[in-house]
Order: sequence, then C-alpha cells, then structure tokens
Amino acid sequence: MPLTGPMRIAHSADRPRLAPHVRLTYDQARQRHVLLTPETVTLLNGTGAAILELCDGARTVTEILAELRGRYDRVADADVEAFLAVLVAKRCVEVSHG
Amino acid sequence: MDRPLGLLAELTYACPLHCPYCSNPLNLGDYQDELTTQQWLGVIAEAAELGVLQLHLSGGEPLLRRDLVDIVRFASGHGMYTNLVTSASGLSSRRAELLRAAGLDHVQISIQADEQALSDRIAGMPSFERKLAAARLVKKLGWPLTLNVVLHRHNIDRLGHILDLAAEVGADRVELANTQYYGWALRNREALLPSRAQLERAETVVRAARERLRGQMAMIYVIPDYYSKYPKPCMGGWGRQQLTVVPNGDVLPCPTAHTLPLPRASVREYSLTWIWQQSPLFQRFRGTDWMPEPCRGCARRDLDFGGCRCQAFQLTGDAARTDPVCHLSPDHGIVASAVRAANEAAAPREEVLIPRPHPDTRRQE
Repeated sequence: MPLTGPMRIAHSADRPRLAPHVRLTYDQARQRHVLLTPETVTLLNGTGAAILELCDGARTVTEILAELRGRYDRVADADVEAFLAVLVAKRCVEVSHG
Repeated sequence: MDRPLGLLAELTYACPLHCPYCSNPLNLGDYQDELTTQQWLGVIAEAAELGVLQLHLSGGEPLLRRDLVDIVRFASGHGMYTNLVTSASGLSSRRAELLRAAGLDHVQISIQADEQALSDRIAGMPSFERKLAAARLVKKLGWPLTLNVVLHRHNIDRLGHILDLAAEVGADRVELANTQYYGWALRNREALLPSRAQLERAETVVRAARERLRGQMAMIYVIPDYYSKYPKPCMGGWGRQQLTVVPNGDVLPCPTAHTLPLPRASVREYSLTWIWQQSPLFQRFRGTDWMPEPCRGCARRDLDFGGCRCQAFQLTGDAARTDPVCHLSPDHGIVASAVRAANEAAAPREEVLIPRPHPDTRRQE
C-alpha cells in the first residue's frame, strides 16, 4: 500500500490528489474556481484550477506537467511544483508516493 | 461591498445537552417558531446566489431537525461546502449514511473532555460514549472529522489527554477553542475563565502535540481573548464575510448580535440580498467609519475591525466602543479585573455553573 500523507512533493513520480475534506468548485457568483475547506476559501486563477483538476491521485507530477504543456504555451515546472507544495503544506493536497 | 463567504445556519436551539458555556441566547424560548423546510431551502438558494460557498449547519443540535438530510442535499446541489456542527446525539448509522449520500462534506463533533465522568458532567447528560461511537462512525464512512473542544477552567488541564483521544479516534482536525464569553458562558464567566498558569501549561501541551502529530492531525488552538493584547477580528469584520440565520429567520452579522439594540432583519420579511447589502443592521458597523478612538487612528483597524461589537456592548453598554479586550481600550479595566479575579480566586466549585436549559423547560426554572 502506498504511503499517503501530507508530505512535501519530492519526486516527479508522486501522485497528488485533493485531501478528502477539500472541495474544488466553480463559484458562479464570483466567476472563479475556488478551493473549499471547512474554514477556508481559496480563490484560484485559471491555471491553479487547471492544475488541481489534474490532481486525481492517478497522474504523477510528471504526467500533470505534460498535460499542462499540451494546453499552455509556457509551463514553468518549478512554479507548478511550488504551487502544489504550498497546498500540500496547507493539507489541501495529499500525495501518494510511487 | 464584499460577497459573503459563509452562512451559519442555526437550524434550531433545541439541544439535549446543557453545556454551561453555550453561546445561544438566554431567551431560548423566543426562538421556537422555527423556519419551515421550504423557508430554509429558500434561504440557501438565495445565499448561493449571493456568493455563499460554505454552509455551517449548527444550532442547538441540528440533528433534531428532521429535514436535515433534505437541507444538506439541497445545499450540496448548489455547490456549497456543507459542514455539520453537532453534539452527535442522534447520529445513528442510518442517519449518517443518508447525510453522506446527500453530499455532506464534513462533520464536527463536540466533546467536553477526554473521559466519561467529566464530559458527561459538563454536558449535563450521559453523552460521552455516544460521541465517541459517532466519531468512529464518521471515520468509518470516510468523512473528514473535526473534534471541537471548548476549553475552560474545568477541562483545560486535561488537554494532553483530550489530544490523545482525538488522535486515537482518528480525527483529522481538532479545534481547541477557549470559551468565548457570550450567552450562558458570560453568566458563568467566573467559574469558566482559566488562570494564566493553566493557559501556559495548555500552550506547552499544544506545542508538543503539534510536533508529535505533524502530518496526522491539524490543530487549531484559540486562547481566551480576555488574555490577548488585541481583540479578535470578530467574524472577519461586521457584514464582511459571514452571516448567520437563527431558528426564527432573523439574519445576523454574528450569532450573538441579537443582544445588540439594533433593528431586526428577518428572512420572513426581507430578501437575504437586501438584508446583506442594505439593512440598517448590516450597515451599522460595516467598514471603519463608525469607529471611535483609539480604533479610528489605529494601524490595526483593518486587521481586527475594532474587535467584537457584542463584547463591547455586554461589557460597556455601548456597542460602538472599542472591544474592552484591547489593552488600548479606555474600558480595558473591566477585562483586566475579570482576569485578576480568575488568577486570585481558588478554583470555583462546579456547582456554581448554571446549565443551559432546554428551550421548552425554560419557564419551569
């Protein structure tokens, strides 16, 4: 059984997914994607939402980056990894290793 | 004007528990004419349109509303994050499964202490074992679980054991909130306010537990504002992010704002949008124009919003004064003397606590 937990993203083979208490939704009133937990609301930009929609626990970070490159002209790998690392630290994203 | 992020729906003030720190109104009997299911669904639809993203279902005990599953399903269908705040009495397997299927996102269960005798004594009824069973049920169904613990003089020394229990039942989060002194808690303040030595011990326990349980359980620890230098940013600012609808349909900027001498605003008479955007109640303390000194000229006025209006009113008789918790407030002596009393007096006896009554037994006191 793979180790699952809110750890830092260390390997491109990690498979991130939203933590069970987190909900990603589109807010009609504000016309933005938002990430919801019991006590917090994080407003996302389009890229942030695109990244999180790919975090399904099946795709690896490498696969997510490849998908994003297919959609956007420029994808800064380090920025995507940093974005995920922040959400991992906030326990919004969990990672299965290997 | 900002759109509201969260709606606290206090569905009913009926509750089987008698916690002496309850912040529900003292005049519980005045709230028995509860909104109907259709009225609640109307409130939720309007709230979603207004931009509300989180729905906190609370009370009283929200499980006493027979339409809770319908309310959850409806809110979930509107894309809201639904959060049940419960004592867990009445959370049977069947009810839990129905709520899960209806889309309930998160469950918060209150516990009063880490062991049966003390927990049941504080709750005023046998409830501890059922709470633990419910917590385990929540985890079994794959829900994220938060345990809520209200801290005070009688349980704060048990904090280490409370955290062990939370870890043992598999809580994902634990909210350790010192009592806020409103409603029944204000009545019982002398018996509830912990001493400085108790708080220092508690902080050491929390720090160690954060280290030990890192990555396993998130911990939120709230000190009593009586001991803080600056006031809390109550509700993130008056009419700025949050609104509350109480059982009879009154809409409030915070759950205790009914204590203030302000005009009422009910969903029975007005739309939620009008109440949020234009009602005198919500406009009264919005922004910073209403502020007196020292708030008006203070660099922190956009951080703490002058603190809590209800606390200012309860302690000074004027809701438009600086929250007396602030060390800069001209009324700070009121808070300082309560803190001094808590540190001088020997621990008051448990019998001093006035239990919160059931709404329907209020008149028999």
